[in-house]
This record gives sequence, structure tokens and C-alpha cells, in this order.
Amino acid sequence: MSPNYIAKRLMMIVYTLFIVSLIVFAITQILPADAAVMMLGENATQDALAALRENMGLNAPVWQQYATWLGHVLQGDLGTSLRTGQPVGPVMFEALGRSLLLAFLSIGLMLVLAIPLGIIAAVRRGKIADMVVSLISYAGVALPEFVTATLAVLVFADLMKWLPPTGYVPLTENFGSGIAHLVLPVCVISVILIAHVSRMVRSELVDVLHTDYIRAARLKGISRGKVLRRHALRNALLPTITIVALDVGYLLGGVIVVEEIFAIPGIGRQLIVAIQARDLPAIQAGVLIMAATYSIVNFIADILYAWLDKRIQYD
Amino acid sequence: MTDFIKRLLRTPQGAIGMVLVLLVLLVVLFGPMLAPHDPEGLSPLTRYKGPSLAFWLGTDQYGRDIFSRLLIGARATVVMAVLATIAGTLIGAFIGTTSAFLGGRADELIMRTIDAVMSIPSLLFALLVVNLLGSSTINALIAVAIAFAPGMARITRSVALSVRKQDYVNAAIARGESSGYIIFREMLPNVIAPIIVEMTIRVSFAVMLFATLSFLGLGAQPPAAEWGLMVSEARRYMHLSAGILIWPSTAIAIVAVGFNLLGDGLRDALNPRT
Repeated sequence: MSPNYIAKRLMMIVYTLFIVSLIVFAITQILPADAAVMMLGENATQDALAALRENMGLNAPVWQQYATWLGHVLQGDLGTSLRTGQPVGPVMFEALGRSLLLAFLSIGLMLVLAIPLGIIAAVRRGKIADMVVSLISYAGVALPEFVTATLAVLVFADLMKWLPPTGYVPLTENFGSGIAHLVLPVCVISVILIAHVSRMVRSELVDVLHTDYIRAARLKGISRGKVLRRHALRNALLPTITIVALDVGYLLGGVIVVEEIFAIPGIGRQLIVAIQARDLPAIQAGVLIMAATYSIVNFIADILYAWLDKRIQYD
Repeated sequence: MTDFIKRLLRTPQGAIGMVLVLLVLLVVLFGPMLAPHDPEGLSPLTRYKGPSLAFWLGTDQYGRDIFSRLLIGARATVVMAVLATIAGTLIGAFIGTTSAFLGGRADELIMRTIDAVMSIPSLLFALLVVNLLGSSTINALIAVAIAFAPGMARITRSVALSVRKQDYVNAAIARGESSGYIIFREMLPNVIAPIIVEMTIRVSFAVMLFATLSFLGLGAQPPAAEWGLMVSEARRYMHLSAGILIWPSTAIAIVAVGFNLLGDGLRDALNPRT
């Protein structure tokens, strides 16, 4: 892995964020909402509206507004919310922290369950265990998160009363209660990830188990378990890094719905509120932060992959 | 063709998927004719009823027959998902094939841009588009189609790249055919098989995206019998009768699993190695 490769990947992040900023700005420009009306209300006088538009730079050409906005973003100023009048950046980053906690716990649970399931299915291919795992993975793709979430609340909170239905308690405030509030959301997010990743692990491992070097290792007289651990898994699990990183995009989408249902004040919920209120600066900031998170995770995954897989020479 | 269908039905995924998708198709075509009750007929006296001979799946919070609502809602849910997937696939296939055909720097630029667009989660993208256009079924369709296009473009491109190297494409270039002719007449027909597999699986994602948009109040509007909307409305009353939540969820699951299995079956049937 050369510095060149890292530089190229970093350039890609910059390009990605540039394109995303263009898309986001374009979308919020065409929105049939007038920022000035948003701030002053429907009953504001024409003079007041005109003055505010002038003040906010809304009369400038679109490209100039974009340049001004981008300039502020580059200096770390993501704008001021039209809804609350507060700076958007700190609110969004604080919300992002809660969402990342949710995301990390979900990925952790997924890895703990999906990789063993995939391995069992591959090793016992065509047997009962394999079929059970593929049934689980079909069940995982069968229901959208809002349905699994609603069913989970119905069963585990309303009927069994094992867990609190919705809400969020910071871990620093009350650790036990905080964890209890996170159990259902984390399980709901993990279901679809587990279904996807266990299938991928299975198909990668099945491919690897059919290669010549595995056969050679077996013929040398190395035990089945040792071949699996020392030879097969190393190669089969590598692509999982990329798959998990790509799933982060899906995860961030799922987080939006799950946060909305479980009333977790994360970035997804902030975005829904912003979209419903047509709070342009908040929408712009939220989407940009989400895209940046996705790009950075994928960058780290690519670097990790290149570092672990010595066969690939990047230039 | 019959040979292909035989191959498809030989795998358990293909057979079960085919049966489920045909079932869904029948409901879409004849559902409104079969519905025993008016899907929007309110009846305060028969609310939250369990399954009975008159109401096969019971009634909902307004006393409406759940079975009739599911039969009628199939069109709103499934047809929209299929249309959106087809639209998204066509856009994506065109971009992907063009990118593979152009090659070089243009290809690099197009694909990096596609990657950038894909860094916005498709649900978020759909939310933005719907919000921009106003919440309605047709706008939700456009939103899902746009959200799907980049992923399909990426897949089409990788298939098209291998087609691009084939002799018949080089022959067409040597004959002096136009770029449009080569993309549409020579390359697209040969990238179709893997795209159909991907498309079939994506229909189930589209069903979920639509349902999620309606759930968040940005797709179909009450009193429509869209399945996602039914789940959304059922949430407040689920402790009174679990049926109003479970039946539309089951309907969504059947469609999603059906299209997923059919896609897997198609992949196996189209793969010459198996």
C-alpha cells in the first residue's frame, strides 16, 4: 500500500463530499419553501420579507449563494437552523454521537452473530444447519425495520413488559436504564445486517473451501478444524470488511426509521424533523454529515483491507 | 423458454418464489374484484373483531375489513414498487452501459460521481425527493426510482465492462456504427440477464422503501389501503387488537420473500455452471 493510494482515496472523499454538497444544495434550492417566510411566518409584511431576503443573501445568484454556503461549511460553520435559530453544527454532531453509539452496538451484535452463522452454514453446506441459517436470512429480509420495530415493541414492551417501549436515556446518566432502552433498537437494526452478512460470509467461505490450497492443506494431513482456522477463514473473512463498510450506508438509512420509532434523539430523527419543518440549513448539514460518515467508514475499510491483504498492490 | 422455467422450478428457492410471486400477481390483478367488503366502509359497531366467516382476517380500528383492504392495497404497494424498480433500473442500466462503453476518464468520472451519490442512504434520498416534490404516491415512485438508479448503474457497468471486450462490439465499432447504436443494440441486450436477477431482488427493497415512506407520512395518504400505511395507522391501536398490525406485516413479508426467492432462483437458473 503506497502513500499514493491513500492520497487517491482521500481525494475521492473530497470529491464525494463536493458532489453531495452540490446535490444537497440543489435539492434545498428547488424546495418550494421560502426561507424568509419560514423565519418570519406567513403574516409578515412584504417589506420585512424583502429586507430579510436581502440580509440573508437570498437575492444573490444561486451559484453565489452556493459559494457562500460552501465557504462557511469549510470554515466549520454549518449554518443556523431556521426552526430554532441555533447553530446547526453542534446540534447535529451531538445527535450523530448518539446515532454512532446505536450503529456501533448494532455492528458489534451483527459481527458476533453473523460470522459464526455464516461459517456454520458454509461448513455444513446442504445440511440442516445450512437451511436453518438461510431461513433466518430470508426472515431478515422479509420485513422493513418499521415493522420489526413495531412488532418488537408490541411483544417485548407491551405484552411481556421486559423492556421500555421507547425513549432514550444517556449512558452517563443511568447506565442500566440506558442499555435497557437501547436493546430493542439495536436488535431491530441488526436483524437485516445479520441476514445480509451471514449470507456473504457463507458464499465467500464456500468459494474458498473449494480452492486448491485448501485441498493441498488437507492432503498434507492438517486437521479439518485447523485448515478452517488457519487457511480458509483468513481469506474468506477479508471481503467481509468491505461488505460491512458498504452496509453502513444501509445502516444510516435504517437508523433514521429506528430512531423515529424509538424516539432516540439521533441524527436520523433530527433529519426527519428538519425535513418535515423544511429547515434548509439543518437538512443540508444533516445530509452532509451522513455522507461524510459513510465516506470515512469506507475509506478506513479500504485502507484496512489493503493493509491486511498483502496480495493486492495498489498504486 | 420451457427449459429455462424447468431449471428455475428445480431449485426450491425458484419454485417457492415463483408460487409466491404468482399469488401476489393474482391478488394485484383480481384483488379488487374478490374483495368481499368495501375497503373504506366505516362501521363503528364491528371494530377490532377477530377473524370470522364474515371478516376472514378481522376488522381494524374503524371496523373496516382487513382482508378486503389487503386485497385492494396490493395494487398500491406492489405495482408501485415494480414500476419504480423498472424505472430505476432503466436509468441505471443506461448510465452503467454508457459509462462502460465510454471507458477511460469519462468512465472514472461517472463512476466516482455514482459512488458519491450512493453515500447518501437511499431512504434519505427518497425522503428528500418526496419532500421536494410533495408527498404523493407518484412522487414516491419517482423518489424510489432515483434512489435505485446509482446502485443499478454500478452493477450494469461491471457486467457491461465484460461485454465491452467481446468481438461483436469491436466489430460494430469497426463497422463505424454510432455510439447510440452500439450501446442500445449491441451492449444492452447482452447485459440484461444479470440485471433482471438484481431487479427481481430489488422489488422487495422497493416494497419496503414505499412502505417506509408511507409509514413516515410521505407516501400514500389515509384512507388509502397501502400496506405500509396500514401498519403505521395500526401502531396506535395495536394493544387493542394485534391482528390489524400482523396481517399487513405478513402481506409485506410475503411479497418481499417471494421476490427475493425468485431472484435467487433466477440467478441459479441463469448460471450455466450449475
